[in-house]
Amino acid sequence: MNKIYEIKADEIKSLAVSLLLKANIQLSEGMKQLVRNAREAEKMPLAREILADLAKNAELAEEKQLPMCQDCGLAVIFAEIGQDVHITGGDITETLNEAVREAYEKGFLRKSVDLDPLFNRENSKDNTPAVIHYSIVPGSSVKITVSPKGMGSENMSRLFMLKPSDGISGVLNAVTETVEKAGANPCPPIVLGIGIGGNFETVALAAKKALLKPEGKRNTDERYAKLEEEIISRCNKLGIGAAGYGGTVTVLDAHIIALPTHIAGLPVAVNVCCHALRHAEGTIVGRAAEVFSDG
Amino acid sequence: MVKEIFLPLDDTAVSALHAGDKILLTGEIYVARDAAHERIVAAIKNGEKPPFEIAEAAVYYAGPAPVKPGEIIGVIGPTTAGRMDSYTPFLLERGLRVMIGKGKRSAEVVEAMRKRKAVYLGAAGGAAVLLQSSVAEAETIAWPELGPEAVLRLKIKQMPLVVVIDCEGNSLYETGQAAAKMLIAETER
Repeated sequence: MNKIYEIKADEIKSLAVSLLLKANIQLSEGMKQLVRNAREAEKMPLAREILADLAKNAELAEEKQLPMCQDCGLAVIFAEIGQDVHITGGDITETLNEAVREAYEKGFLRKSVDLDPLFNRENSKDNTPAVIHYSIVPGSSVKITVSPKGMGSENMSRLFMLKPSDGISGVLNAVTETVEKAGANPCPPIVLGIGIGGNFETVALAAKKALLKPEGKRNTDERYAKLEEEIISRCNKLGIGAAGYGGTVTVLDAHIIALPTHIAGLPVAVNVCCHALRHAEGTIVGRAAEVFSDG
Repeated sequence: MVKEIFLPLDDTAVSALHAGDKILLTGEIYVARDAAHERIVAAIKNGEKPPFEIAEAAVYYAGPAPVKPGEIIGVIGPTTAGRMDSYTPFLLERGLRVMIGKGKRSAEVVEAMRKRKAVYLGAAGGAAVLLQSSVAEAETIAWPELGPEAVLRLKIKQMPLVVVIDCEGNSLYETGQAAAKMLIAETER
């Protein structure tokens, strides 16, 4: 006996709309705390003032219900679909894009998508298409995570195909070099999402997902937790500081996702994000729809 | 100490600004970013009139969010100035005086700034709502079809900015970061 669980496309749309609005308007409690901690730790007066401005900006955005940053980003959406779920009443990809259209219109969010990257950089005017990552997971619900991300920090992100012999120091150097070269450009203070292992495409996705890990919490694997700490400490010696004006806090947080990889490789991806690390997530539980036999 | 500065700036006023100075800027500025820069430079090269007089102008590298009813302008933080570097020496030669943005500038831009006595001011990246509140008037003056990349004329009142690169080529990114590094080295000793 197998069960099917039904979820309407419209329910997914409503959830995605509210998540996109929330993520753009409301900085998470975790990020607010990291900005407050940075302000207390910062030793350079000008950088401390900038950190105070960022905290105030987050408050104002919430109070006035405005996006915290004018770059409301590409709408990155992770859709985890339970394998027992049947989505009815619409094409899931079109549904999520419709949610983006609606949220970006309703929330006065900036539309920043150019349809062709090279020959005709014409704005799609509704911020679609979204960047959607699907995964099939066990269960009977759909989890949507949205993470709108601006290009200022995305442009400073890098991918390295290191050799296995480059080892831990190779990873540390790659990350530090990324932060140093980025300098003032990605609106520091920043958060680093770091993918290690996998291959060319999975390491980049791991870095993006790493940005979504709980704020201020270190890796559950002690070895990687130590490496995250070392990355934060080394990057904070670069002196870049808030807005790049010079400071003792450059990196607020760093998260690693490690993946199995090929015997000949050590891919490393560093996804840089500004303090406006926008994300929101929600789940819809499917309704049991039909019972049928295997026969 | 915060200096209150009024636009437009002449040689003397620009020379009085030094990297690291905190200022409150008041006056008329123009918003232009990637696509607008491409069009402005193309227009001048074709012998056409650009949407605003480049000589003595102040340009803000930004692309605001849409205007929410009841507001003067959408939230408006700075974008990365370095993307405009390839167009900037051409505009500086035509008298562009003030640039507002965030992030590093190329050596060519800094050299042209020294020659023409121009200044680069930093707005705090990520403080879009705070910066929005210093805009008193806003008007689209060219290429509305570019959406967030259209050219706007703004009247700003006491916009909180920092002098990042002054007209002698001194950069706060260099001096500020060097000072922070020294402080870090001292605490480690």
